[in-house]
Amino acid sequence: MTMAIPSFTVETRTKASPLTAIAVIALLLLAFAAPFIVSRGVIQDLFFILTMLVLAQNWNLLAGYAGLISIGQQAFVGFGAYTMFGAVILFGVDPVLAILIAGLFSVALAIPTAFFTFRLYGPYFAIGTWVVAEVVRLLLAQWKTLGGGTGTSLPRDATRDMMGVGMMRDLFGMKASQAGDALTYWLALILVVLTIGFIYRLLRSKQGLGLAAVRDNEQAARAVGVDARRMKTFVYLATAFMTGVAGALIYVQKARISPDAAFSVTDWTAYVIFIVVIGGIGTIEGPILGVIIFFLLQNLLADYGSWYLLMLGLLGIVIMLFAPRGLWGLFSDRTGIQLFPVRRVLKGGPLNLTHKGGPHG
Amino acid sequence: MNWLDTILQGVLLGGLYALFAAGLSLVFGIMRLVNLAHGDLIVLAAFLILVLVTALGLNPFVAAVIAMPLMFAIGWALQYFLLNRTLGKDILPPLLVTFGLSIVIQNGLLESFSADSRRVFAGSLESASVNLGPVTAGIMPLMTFFSAVAVIVCLNQLIYRTSVGRAFRATSDDPVTAGLMGIRPQRIFAMATGLAMVVVTIAALYLGTRANFDPTSGPARLIYAFEAVIIGGLGSLWGTLAGGIILGVAQTVGAAINPEWQILAGHLAFLAVLLFKPRGLFPRAVD
Repeated sequence: MTMAIPSFTVETRTKASPLTAIAVIALLLLAFAAPFIVSRGVIQDLFFILTMLVLAQNWNLLAGYAGLISIGQQAFVGFGAYTMFGAVILFGVDPVLAILIAGLFSVALAIPTAFFTFRLYGPYFAIGTWVVAEVVRLLLAQWKTLGGGTGTSLPRDATRDMMGVGMMRDLFGMKASQAGDALTYWLALILVVLTIGFIYRLLRSKQGLGLAAVRDNEQAARAVGVDARRMKTFVYLATAFMTGVAGALIYVQKARISPDAAFSVTDWTAYVIFIVVIGGIGTIEGPILGVIIFFLLQNLLADYGSWYLLMLGLLGIVIMLFAPRGLWGLFSDRTGIQLFPVRRVLKGGPLNLTHKGGPHG
Repeated sequence: MNWLDTILQGVLLGGLYALFAAGLSLVFGIMRLVNLAHGDLIVLAAFLILVLVTALGLNPFVAAVIAMPLMFAIGWALQYFLLNRTLGKDILPPLLVTFGLSIVIQNGLLESFSADSRRVFAGSLESASVNLGPVTAGIMPLMTFFSAVAVIVCLNQLIYRTSVGRAFRATSDDPVTAGLMGIRPQRIFAMATGLAMVVVTIAALYLGTRANFDPTSGPARLIYAFEAVIIGGLGSLWGTLAGGIILGVAQTVGAAINPEWQILAGHLAFLAVLLFKPRGLFPRAVD
């Protein structure tokens, strides 16, 4: 396609983005070195933050970009975790390899799930995904080899002899449990980088533009040739893969599983939704900010039990009502700063366009 | 095993599910709002009845009658001050706000009443039963079922025979034009949610008297209500009753085969309907 006026350019870059790139690289180097710098407790906290961030980025891609509001993502966390347990316990697969298998199985689960739930209109889709998660939980609770309703543990030697743990013991002189924590932490870090990288690239691509168009106005998008259903299915399957991998990784670290915990709607969906809503739905930065706030709040209010969740719920409602684009949205609107610019800005040409288009598009 | 008995129990259980679902169906029909806190509101009403019964020593049925206007007020205020702000073309705000509300209600109840299982005692009615030829039916399950039928008859009369009902239908079809005719959609919505909460109170009465409940029982009730609505087809209250019955029968038959399969069998029946009749068995609404 040729532009009528060649002096127009479409850009996504902002002033902040080159600086961000440098900061991100520095931060990543620091993050990779963390197991040598900080204590094991901190590494476990960081692991928690990173895995929640992966879940949040995935939910954000689903709800904020593809318009698929799911409250059943715990289906993929739990199924991924159970697949990993099954592969390790029944077939003696290395846990690290089993994490990848878990991702593939989650996609395999997502295909029939999409077939059912995509028949439901908007809000009913949300509850439909929840029903599917319940079905998977109830079915797995019947699986006696993996502990049925009470659950089971990973064999000790499976995690001790995990791929890479031996090498880390020899190289860095770490104890087995310490090496295990460091390994799962590094895997989580890699997973975060891959997830954000994937989402960032997707949103900057032609497909990403189509996705935003579908979300903003499905009819109009279809009229200009965007295949809405195909895009949504693709996003649904991709997030199922990443969510399943994250679920398996979380449970390699936990090493103990039960259907109620692995399919907990509070742990794997409610928290994730609050992270995204508080941080800012429909931005890549939002979930990052959200997970930090979530972690701080959790540490601050951990002693208050259900008051904590109650407050989180209220905060979510208030933000949805008064700042629907979250805290990052508030910040970004005032400063114009975007760390991961995916918004297309028209520059040059005879018209000095300062209008920046819709919120994400 | 007596299959006739199993199926009868399933049908009667379906009445309870239809009661769970009627409020959800009403609210969705009028304002296209799916209230994810619906199940938790049922549990909230059950706790309200429990408090009235234990604190004032009332009969559960009297307590429910007192709870009805209170729940109507809660529903009215909830819709008028909170949920009306979320309505619009975007489905995200109402879903996320009601999801947040669900978490708030659950944890509020946990703080106030602890996680213990509770029950509302209905005296000798609980164990009373009648002989119906080859099978026996409990009085409470029968009352649940006939309450569901009565609620649906009343709602249909209200929607199709009264001026409030006309306002409901007009607002549902086109809130802007209804507004031009002197109807205030905001108030109509608040009224509809208030009414749904009255139905919720009736559902809560039977939930509380026939089974244990605790602050976290809400989501499962929401799922049953939702399944009954989808099986029956959107927009038809009689369809919702049929959906509740199918769900109830699937659950009791599943439980008769293996007690662990009760809930699963209900979900599978729902998925089967979704597979063969994606718009439900008795669809009425176009959207």
